[in-house]
Amino acid sequence: MSQTIAIKSYEDLLNVKERYINRHKQYEYTILVCSGASCISSNCLNVKNALEAELEKAGMRDKVLLKQTGCVGFCDVGPIVIVEPDGVFYCKLKPEDMEMLVQRHLVGKEIVEELCFLDNKSGERVPYVRDIDFFKEQLKIVFAKCGVIDYSDIDEYIATDGYKAIYKALTEMTPDEVIEEVGKAGLRGRGGGGFPTAFKWRAARQAQGDQKYVICNADEGDPGAFMDRSLLEGDPHAVIEGIMIAGYAVGADKCIVYVRAEYPLAVERLTAAIEKAREYGLLGENIFNTAFNYDIEIRIGAGAFVCGEETALINSVEGKRGEPRQKPPYPAEAGLFGKPTVINNVETFGNIAPIILKGSEWFAKVGTEKSNGTKVFALAGDISNTGIVEVPIGTPLRKVVENIGGGVPNKKAFKAAQIGGPSGGCIPSELFEIPLDYNNLTEIGAMMGSGGLIVLDENTCMVDIAKFFLEFTVDESCGKCTPCRVGTRRLYELLEKITEGKGTMEDIDKLEELCYHIKENSLCGLGQSAPNPVLSTLKFFRDEYVAHVDKKQCPAGICKSLLSYVILEDKCTGCTLCSRVCPVGCISGSVKQPHKINQDVCIKCGACFERCKFSAIVRK
Amino acid sequence: MGNVNIKINGTPVSVPEGTTILEAARKLGIEIPTLCFLKEINEIGACRICVVEVKGARNLVASCVQKVTEGMEVFTHTPKVQKSRKLTLELILSTHDKQCLSCVRSGSCELQMLCQEFGVDDEQYYEGHNPQYYNDDSTVHLVRDNNKCILCRRCVAACQAQNVNVIGTNSRGFNTHIGCAFERDLGDVACVSCGQCIVNCPTGALTEKDDTEKVWEALADPTKHVIVHTAPSIRVTLGESFGMKIGTNVKGKMINALRRIGFEKVFDTDVTADLTIVEEAHELLDRINNGGKLPLITSCSPGWIKFCEHFYPELIPHLSTCKSPQQMFGAIAKTWYAQQEGIDPKDIFVVSIMPCTAKKFEAKRSGQAASGYPDIDVALTTRELVRMINRASIRFKDLPDDGEFDNPIGLSTGAGAIFGATGGVMEAALRTAAEWLEGKPIENVEYTEVRGIKGIKEAIYKIAGMEVKVAVASGLKNATILMDKIKKGEAGYHFIEIMACPGGCVNGGGQPVQHAVVRNFVDLVARRAKALYEEDRHLPLRKSHDNPAIKALYDEFLGSPGSHKAHEILHTHYVARQIY
Amino acid sequence: MKEVRECCCHHPETKEELYEALNQVLDKYERKESNLIQILHMTQAIFGYLPEDVLKYIAEEMDLPLSKIFGVVTFYSLFSTQPKGRHTIQVCMGTACYVKGADKVLNEILDKLGIKLGETTKDGRFSVQVMRCIGACGLAPAISIDGDILKHVTVNMVDDILKRYE
Ligand SMILES: Cc1cc2nc3c(=O)[nH]c(=O)nc-3n(C[C@H](O)[C@H](O)[C@H](O)COP(=O)(O)O)c2cc1C
Ligand code: SF4
Ligand code: SF4
Ligand code: SF4
Ligand code: SF4
Ligand code: SF4
Ligand code: SF4
Ligand code: SF4
Ligand code: SF4
Ligand code: FES
Ligand code: FES
Ligand code: FES
Repeated sequence: MSQTIAIKSYEDLLNVKERYINRHKQYEYTILVCSGASCISSNCLNVKNALEAELEKAGMRDKVLLKQTGCVGFCDVGPIVIVEPDGVFYCKLKPEDMEMLVQRHLVGKEIVEELCFLDNKSGERVPYVRDIDFFKEQLKIVFAKCGVIDYSDIDEYIATDGYKAIYKALTEMTPDEVIEEVGKAGLRGRGGGGFPTAFKWRAARQAQGDQKYVICNADEGDPGAFMDRSLLEGDPHAVIEGIMIAGYAVGADKCIVYVRAEYPLAVERLTAAIEKAREYGLLGENIFNTAFNYDIEIRIGAGAFVCGEETALINSVEGKRGEPRQKPPYPAEAGLFGKPTVINNVETFGNIAPIILKGSEWFAKVGTEKSNGTKVFALAGDISNTGIVEVPIGTPLRKVVENIGGGVPNKKAFKAAQIGGPSGGCIPSELFEIPLDYNNLTEIGAMMGSGGLIVLDENTCMVDIAKFFLEFTVDESCGKCTPCRVGTRRLYELLEKITEGKGTMEDIDKLEELCYHIKENSLCGLGQSAPNPVLSTLKFFRDEYVAHVDKKQCPAGICKSLLSYVILEDKCTGCTLCSRVCPVGCISGSVKQPHKINQDVCIKCGACFERCKFSAIVRK
Repeated sequence: MGNVNIKINGTPVSVPEGTTILEAARKLGIEIPTLCFLKEINEIGACRICVVEVKGARNLVASCVQKVTEGMEVFTHTPKVQKSRKLTLELILSTHDKQCLSCVRSGSCELQMLCQEFGVDDEQYYEGHNPQYYNDDSTVHLVRDNNKCILCRRCVAACQAQNVNVIGTNSRGFNTHIGCAFERDLGDVACVSCGQCIVNCPTGALTEKDDTEKVWEALADPTKHVIVHTAPSIRVTLGESFGMKIGTNVKGKMINALRRIGFEKVFDTDVTADLTIVEEAHELLDRINNGGKLPLITSCSPGWIKFCEHFYPELIPHLSTCKSPQQMFGAIAKTWYAQQEGIDPKDIFVVSIMPCTAKKFEAKRSGQAASGYPDIDVALTTRELVRMINRASIRFKDLPDDGEFDNPIGLSTGAGAIFGATGGVMEAALRTAAEWLEGKPIENVEYTEVRGIKGIKEAIYKIAGMEVKVAVASGLKNATILMDKIKKGEAGYHFIEIMACPGGCVNGGGQPVQHAVVRNFVDLVARRAKALYEEDRHLPLRKSHDNPAIKALYDEFLGSPGSHKAHEILHTHYVARQIY
Repeated sequence: MKEVRECCCHHPETKEELYEALNQVLDKYERKESNLIQILHMTQAIFGYLPEDVLKYIAEEMDLPLSKIFGVVTFYSLFSTQPKGRHTIQVCMGTACYVKGADKVLNEILDKLGIKLGETTKDGRFSVQVMRCIGACGLAPAISIDGDILKHVTVNMVDDILKRYE
């Protein structure tokens, strides 16, 4: 595609840009095919192939540039295609739609309404990206190029000012100035803790050591979060550039990217991007003719959430059990192989190049007083528009859920948002207006975490949700320290007891006592934050706990042991459907006679409830 | 490095930079409890018993691993700290088989003691799932009961410090447990039976396999002539189990106790240690003079022997073929002594009291039955002897000090006595070899270069115009270093002494357990060893070959050192073993 | 669903070939302890799981105690010392999938196959595991079969899905 050149100067960067622009002049249209992992699972590649064939048929192959991009963010409606320069957004596409798209849009110059996005709220089709609520309210800094450029084309990355920031850092700034700039930007780590990035870098810069390392944490363990993955897949060079600047700032010459094994596509694309960068001389020795040498290696995890914790990650990279180490010493003093090491999250690195390029002042304008910049969230759960969204820090939760996310579907009410994953907490509907920033969230006992944002509707049992997270931590605890190894299991068992209707009021107190014990005594962040989902639901939904214990009721109708399915005699028509689906055969009654459920045998599977067409079965 | 000023419970204290809170507190006489911490070998901060409050810190802090920083204010027993420790103990108890009444560690168990100290008042406070593990009793020397394991990992660290590494931490989370690779039994892997894991275990999860019942049975059997012999180090460690100071020599009481238990004769293994020296010194000179395999390596530590067989089978030709003092004793007892007393060897029941769990294994080896019957019938550890003394309702502390060993295997030399400490065998052997080489009595018998608790000691002695190069290693990690040197041909030694246990038998795997706090902050090995060197100094005879019992033995029975008969009775062979 | 991927590599068959492939991996990673996790990944890819003999071989080659390697293997949930079925079904039980009913899908799969979590069917066709987020949260509930991601899976779809795999 592009001939290889070693990039050694600013001119070289400009040349690549020019070459790229020249090469693309011929195209009348650019069609972006989202090829993020989600869209790939939705078969976007078949759509792309069909599109290619149709273009061929229409004789437009050389007028249309077909580009595979990373995740556009709106994964739920994939496969997605955006036609530029018109800015038209087509979604939920099938290969057979492509003929229509080519013929009507490209040949006929008209928008194909029926393939456009259907807004659930208004019931109307919205053709232009700029008009779709999901995109309208976002502000993209980290994901600015993701979903726009071809992730595999380093030239396009360079043509969009890529690798200018590292050039600027290397040639115009001292390492201290780089750290200063990042400090002034007020960038806080996006991996969960929200620790000021410049602090860490400074510590590692000042630490003594012949060898220093940078580690990029791409373990993304929060179940329900996928922004790091999307960025790696959609704009790997942005992460590489951020990693390089970090290396320059702290004096490292080697970076390790630790990616969870569940992300093969991210590994594939990042590997390809690293190879390209090496080919261009952007990684290797004497980068931009300076003394800066740098290389990047990828390591793959093996299925352990705790390996996202930085010291556990280091152990894992050293080939050991991924058990956390005592801190201090912090990695910045003694990290990988005992050497000073900076560990940052993928998204954190994604912020670096823009900060260096556009300046800390520009960056600091976005966000709130205490937390600058944007935050990327992975919206999921009971919400209309699931996907990746990037908003200024401090954006109210309501705006994210309702305006961008399109609200809770099926006319159900918003109950809470779970943020921060297994370390985080719940935000109840009373706090729907809360601006999402580090401090606010910590204050209410939740945390920003890595950005998983799960919306829960009225049919959610909060005790059950707490139990779900505890089951996760019990599974993922490394087992090294007592409070977490045994304590989280006992927490889980207490929750289980409560959801089974066997709990007592003393159990709730005991639960709380144990939560604080685990928080205060555990060795690492996993244990220290594992009780958060329990504590925050106890804080905002204590009445639900009490209902389970006191009234032996699950208000949301989720906890099986506390449920019963009953047939309303006056409504039952005796159609026998229910008795035919019951897996344990506990529904009796003759045809056209009211049926009855034998409660002693019923396993509460709910099959009958879903089957009855006459709403004669109720869940109590 | 400078000093750091901190306050503990309001009292200022100044300690060197790099000191942990735990160590700083000791300076003020505050003993913060620990469970997982073993200085230098297991500093992992896992159990969280040692937590303290630090002003300004978000959470409680593990004092065993947290270093002090300038101006730090520490509180070691606030209500919050006390409650935390108690809850942690209760959490531990919820996965623990609480069977103190029948547990051999009751009374010496660190967990039990802490539960008392922190007022654990409800063992059942956190009831819940408690996974059940099977008891691994596949070896002859120890029993693992994971149901009493608190996952402090001290055993893993001990085994790793021995470079054996047959046990490790398996699985994760609530399912974490200690075990061998592929969940094999300990009897199925290359465990060298040193017992270091046992003496480092705070609870009853690891115990020696109890053989006392066999001894009681033999004692009650009128057809059996039951005799006992005690290894050099027992007399300086046994007292600890009865509340006496570390390093007290209780030889007289010990002999009296054994008589009261009912042993027919009480002999001294020191004598066969002398015998070992005479045979081994002969072997050394023979190899030097006749171009045999050098360096010659001692063979009296069965933990070491098994280690060599598993991990360095190619070096087996270097091993001395001499049996260990335990086995030599049994061999002599069932041949010469049997002859003298006119007892059929099949009726003699020989019991050893050893510092060692590997001796149980050694007793069961092949090639250890000079009379046609096993040289040793039962090898007990010091701890098992304590159990027998208690069972026999003997008030040990009140026993008279006047006990004397029986003849003919009761009169020993100082050379035999120091066998129990690292470097002791070397020193004893040098005393004999030097005199033989020089051909005249030697005045200075103290070879201090090979004494002390350093892991590896090297020395060159000029004897009869010849430079004799020796090395001493204790602890198998150190043994590894020497063996690798030999393999690379870098050693050039004539004679090497190796003891499996760090510090030698005084720190053997069968010795009285001492709580971690003692192991961490008291030089246990040095104190115990000191008592042995004391004994050596006060004995009239200090060279093995001067021992009249040994002389008589050769005159009356064996002929000369290295004779054909000596070989038949006192020497053995080894087998190459696999690692897996 | 997905086009069949043509495997370009010659898949090793005999024991010698398998060990030859393993040796290449060991060479590539220089037998360094810090590469252990990567080596185990590759080994599992070669042998399908991590058999005892193979780990012993690795222990010897890398000069690491087997107990240590076993400790590592049993720590990470993606390593297995048991042979797996021809197809591995991974049901995502991450938060996003859970709130969308992944537990019901999981139970249905297990019911239909008549096995428990972590087990392999008697005919060696399927193994079922639980994953904590496979990064397809926007498509919840998602399951992955042999690496292919299936989205918005419902209880009713299970039967059909299983039929597609022999
Ligand atoms: C249990 C646990 C899991 C974590 N998982 C992740 C993760 O998946 N990704 C991540 O970037 N940081 C994770 N972290 C946070 C890291 O320890 C570390 O703080 C972070 O990578 C630092 O990067 P940042 O400063 O850029 O946020 C986790 C922390 C804990 C305690
Ligand atoms: S808190 Fe949990 S995950 Fe962290 S070290 Fe302790 S047991 Fe391991
Ligand atoms: S399905 Fe509904 S209406 Fe029909 S028999 Fe059952 S309860 Fe009655
Ligand atoms: S809930 Fe399930 S088990 Fe109970 S009656 Fe309905 S179908 Fe039968
Ligand atoms: S190990 Fe300790 S606490 Fe446990 S039963 Fe034995 S003596 Fe009691
Ligand atoms: S200590 Fe207490 S429980 Fe134990 S035997 Fe004595 S009285 Fe019984
Ligand atoms: S007896 Fe020695 S070799 Fe065997 S497991 Fe214990 S420490 Fe390891
Ligand atoms: S066996 Fe003993 S030393 Fe080993 S982990 Fe368990 S309690 Fe600790
Ligand atoms: S050093 Fe002593 S106690 Fe240790 S194994 Fe050897 S003989 Fe036994
Ligand atoms: S992958 Fe296509 S929109 Fe996310
Ligand atoms: S954590 Fe300090 S002694 Fe265990
Ligand atoms: S939670 Fe299932 S894919 Fe993320």
